[in-house]
Amino acid sequence: METTIAAISTAMSASGIGIVRMSGPESMDVISRIYRSKNGGKNIKEVKSHTIHYGYIFDGEEVVDEVLVMVMRAPRTYTGEDTVEIDCHGGVYAMKKVLETVLRNGAQIAEPGEFTKTALLNGRMDLSQAEAVMDVIQAKSAVALKSSLQQLKGSVLRAIKEIRSSILYQIAFIESALDDPEHISLEGYPEKLRKIVDEEYEKVETLLKSADDGRMIQEGIKTVILGKPNAGKSSLLNFLVGEDRAIVTDIAGTTRDTLEEYISLHGISLRIIDTAGIRETEDVVEKIGVGKAKKMAEDADLILYVVDSSLPLDENDREIMELLGGRKSIVIYNKTDLESAVDIKELKEKTGSPVIPVSVVEETGITELEETIKKMFFHGEISFDNEVYITNARHKTALEEALESLKMVRESIETGMSEDFFSIDLMSAYESLGKIVGESVGEDLVNEIFSRFCVGK
Amino acid sequence: MEGKRLEKNCDVVVVGAGHAGCEAALAAARLGMETVMFTVSVDSIALMPCNPNIGGSSKGHLVREVDALGGEMGKNIDKTFIQSKMLNKSKGPAVHSLRAQADKQAYSTEMRKTLENQEHLTIREGEVTRLLAEEGNIKGVELYSGAVYWCRAVILCTGTYLKARCIYGDVSNATGPNGLKAANYLTDSLKELGIEIFRFKTGTPARIAGNTIDYSKMEEQFGDERIVPFSFSTDPESVQIRQKSCWLTYTNEKTHEIIRSNLDRSPLYSGVIEGTGPRYCPSIEDKVVRFADKNRHQVFIEPEGLYTNEMYIGGMSSSLPEDVQDAMYHSVPGLENAKIVKNAYAIEYDCINPRQLYPTLEFKNIKGLFSAGQFNGSSGYEEAAAQGLIAGINAAMKLKGQEMLILDRSEAYTGVLIDDLVTKENHEPYRMMTSRAEYRLLLRQDNADLRLREKGYRVGLIDEETYQKTLEKERAIEAEIKRTEHATIGGTPEVQRLLEEKGSTLLKSGTTIAELIRRPELTYEDLAPIDRDRPDLPWDVTQQVEINLKYEGYIKRQMKQVEQFKKLEAKKIPEDLDYEQVGSLRIEARQKLEAYRPVSIGQASRISGVSPADISVLLVYLEQYRRKSTKES
Repeated sequence: METTIAAISTAMSASGIGIVRMSGPESMDVISRIYRSKNGGKNIKEVKSHTIHYGYIFDGEEVVDEVLVMVMRAPRTYTGEDTVEIDCHGGVYAMKKVLETVLRNGAQIAEPGEFTKTALLNGRMDLSQAEAVMDVIQAKSAVALKSSLQQLKGSVLRAIKEIRSSILYQIAFIESALDDPEHISLEGYPEKLRKIVDEEYEKVETLLKSADDGRMIQEGIKTVILGKPNAGKSSLLNFLVGEDRAIVTDIAGTTRDTLEEYISLHGISLRIIDTAGIRETEDVVEKIGVGKAKKMAEDADLILYVVDSSLPLDENDREIMELLGGRKSIVIYNKTDLESAVDIKELKEKTGSPVIPVSVVEETGITELEETIKKMFFHGEISFDNEVYITNARHKTALEEALESLKMVRESIETGMSEDFFSIDLMSAYESLGKIVGESVGEDLVNEIFSRFCVGK
Repeated sequence: MEGKRLEKNCDVVVVGAGHAGCEAALAAARLGMETVMFTVSVDSIALMPCNPNIGGSSKGHLVREVDALGGEMGKNIDKTFIQSKMLNKSKGPAVHSLRAQADKQAYSTEMRKTLENQEHLTIREGEVTRLLAEEGNIKGVELYSGAVYWCRAVILCTGTYLKARCIYGDVSNATGPNGLKAANYLTDSLKELGIEIFRFKTGTPARIAGNTIDYSKMEEQFGDERIVPFSFSTDPESVQIRQKSCWLTYTNEKTHEIIRSNLDRSPLYSGVIEGTGPRYCPSIEDKVVRFADKNRHQVFIEPEGLYTNEMYIGGMSSSLPEDVQDAMYHSVPGLENAKIVKNAYAIEYDCINPRQLYPTLEFKNIKGLFSAGQFNGSSGYEEAAAQGLIAGINAAMKLKGQEMLILDRSEAYTGVLIDDLVTKENHEPYRMMTSRAEYRLLLRQDNADLRLREKGYRVGLIDEETYQKTLEKERAIEAEIKRTEHATIGGTPEVQRLLEEKGSTLLKSGTTIAELIRRPELTYEDLAPIDRDRPDLPWDVTQQVEINLKYEGYIKRQMKQVEQFKKLEAKKIPEDLDYEQVGSLRIEARQKLEAYRPVSIGQASRISGVSPADISVLLVYLEQYRRKSTKES
């Protein structure tokens, strides 16, 4: 609807090549802000319609990806509006970055079915499709809202709600003083607010960082580490997690959170499902442990099977290898610092997966492991639900908006503006954060004013 | 009796002569409609049964808007005020708001004179008991006497009079405010026409004999030194009068103890009162209960006028029994020996669920029937006047076959007020608040003329000369902004001296006058000595120049938001749209849309329970609808 919208228009998985599509009156402005041709000479705003251009997407001074940009001017486009398609080459991670860059430079993330809706409203589509479009919009919105809230971690949800209620209280205070200046005074208030805004700013910033490395929502490749007791599963995990290059979640919270660890390898997020539970049940009935592992392995995107190379393969290993059948997996040939009791070749044949010799103790083989995961990902062998990325991009945009608004409040305070200006930007921040938790403003402010402050004649 | 009754014909009937009724009747008559205004008592015209003031935060904006559009409230208060104050002067210009203490009797008398002298307007005492409608069109009204006035439009402005009941303690009188006659029949007629009725409640504090108050125990509250008139047409020199003071005192623990120990005798807590009261105007017992941690509440003592020594006890409205009231008021410093003239009371009355109205204030199910004021579930004199004016204008526009006037949320507080009433769930008497206006930086009281004069002129309430003056002012503002943008200035000793004096950073290189005005610590006036080519301009022009320059960034941002907002408002929804046909709407959304029948996509998007996805679905459906109907025709 006359805003400029953007989305990833290919699946997030296969081939690592994908398209970010943008449509709307500001498309050309947005692309001209972030695109540079090889020699930097080309002005993308002036190129002919329906042409393709090679170059780079920049986020500030940083290259995001090497791309092909297709420029299509209204009205001969799918949506009937100016449309730009960015062909990303650098894989899923780069594609995600390109989308974020586009969003930061003036586009808004497309709502479900929005491209098609725009096409229809602009008369670029037959009416016979209208019913279907309406159904898709409604159905997809319901799913998106649900998954957005489901993916949001309990701790993040709580954090955002707390920030929002703190902001709302301040707005209500300012507004009740404006409505009833003879009852409520704002003397000395700006200094107080400054401190509160600083605090909330920091909290939003932290959330934004956590969104960046995939800790905010359950984003990432669902990775399950399997292996019999003492094979070295947890030391592998600890090693991956403990390294500088790896990032571990520190947001404690719901049960859902504590079961998982998040790691970022070269920009690829892994969501590692901790199967430590299996190990602990070994004394009881081994079957239970295998059963549990089975269940987890079923919805895993990737399985890391840890083998203790110093012990011969046994019944447990065979059961695990059965689990691997047909799933993407990597075998970790662990404990190479000890004498070998397992044949690498045999292992390769039996599992049909790459086998990587590793010694957690001597810290060898880890780089190879990371490289292998990266390769599998970029070749599209492992993938995950792209709805998750979209949700995260949406949340990030909202957090950035909130941060921007809080920055404005700070500026207003610093330049000595009067209090009524503060509440305008505070309200914007409140609204932006509301988008993440799926809450609109409604009568929140009026209710807050009346419940917290004694106003009126 | 049959056939023997008084019958009259006119264009517009206005029911009620309060602040809504007065504006409605004047607007309709001024636009050439033969108008009859009914009131239960001609002595109650423009009565102020509660607080003795006009304006206040955001309400002052409404009065300015009424004035800019050609209404009467601003002019009338300028003639009859006894103290005036610009509130929030230390804050930004958007929240400056005028408030004036009125001489209640003079206010009423002046308004009555204006009405009496208005061509095409008849004042008639009598109680309207029935609406006459046929096939969804209004035809006339029937009076208690049996008389019938046939007309083409009716504007209901019944205020708090419908089935009114005044209550304190266990005393309940079936009267309107100030002991005036209630209107007990009209509600039934409305229900017969399928109109949904709410029951609301409000209240007023006691009045006390001024010569029995000990003012030495109170703080004196003065008016402004330089008075700004409400009306853009009033000569500012004419309002520089000698003002009356108000007084400030406080309740204390003793007061609160008296209240607490008698709560069981309050009709509010015993359940005698059924109506929903306003949260912003709580009774003192409400305040004591809800804000138990506060050990005192402010009490403003305000004169009712020059004609009486009665004082209004602001902040202490109540419906407690008479004996409790007596003890409670006497516990307040300065009121120890005060004599109560009138008891505080709560009043209950019938009003409507305003979602039954279009933003034109016409009923959706009865053509030609309009309503305004407290009858629509609002509260306050100013809210009433603003609606009355719009209803009066639109009744006339409809009868003339011209486009009706809808102000949107980006154009006026009046637009916010009406949109909120007809679009949002309303469970208590609605009061205007500055926080309700999302574009308030644009909706200032100082620019109401620039915003609305043209609309007033288009409908016919603003004359050519006044309109031309506004255009001239607009041009002068633009020219002066342009001049200051180009007026360069260097760091001469004279300039640096002035900057130093004002605590502003010294110039390192050349700049413009506009840039200097943008500095928070400098004003337009401050720069006069160094701004050599400055033309001699009236203060209301330079004020706009200063505001526009100083707050340019904020103003531009809001204007951008308004652009987006306007796009959705411009997408109209056909009146006869059958929401059952829109398959993909969620059930809740469908029911809400059916009940509210919004006029635009913008309005639809503000209805609670309608999601963004529902709006998308609606847009697609409307496109389908549009293409089908163009094909058919």
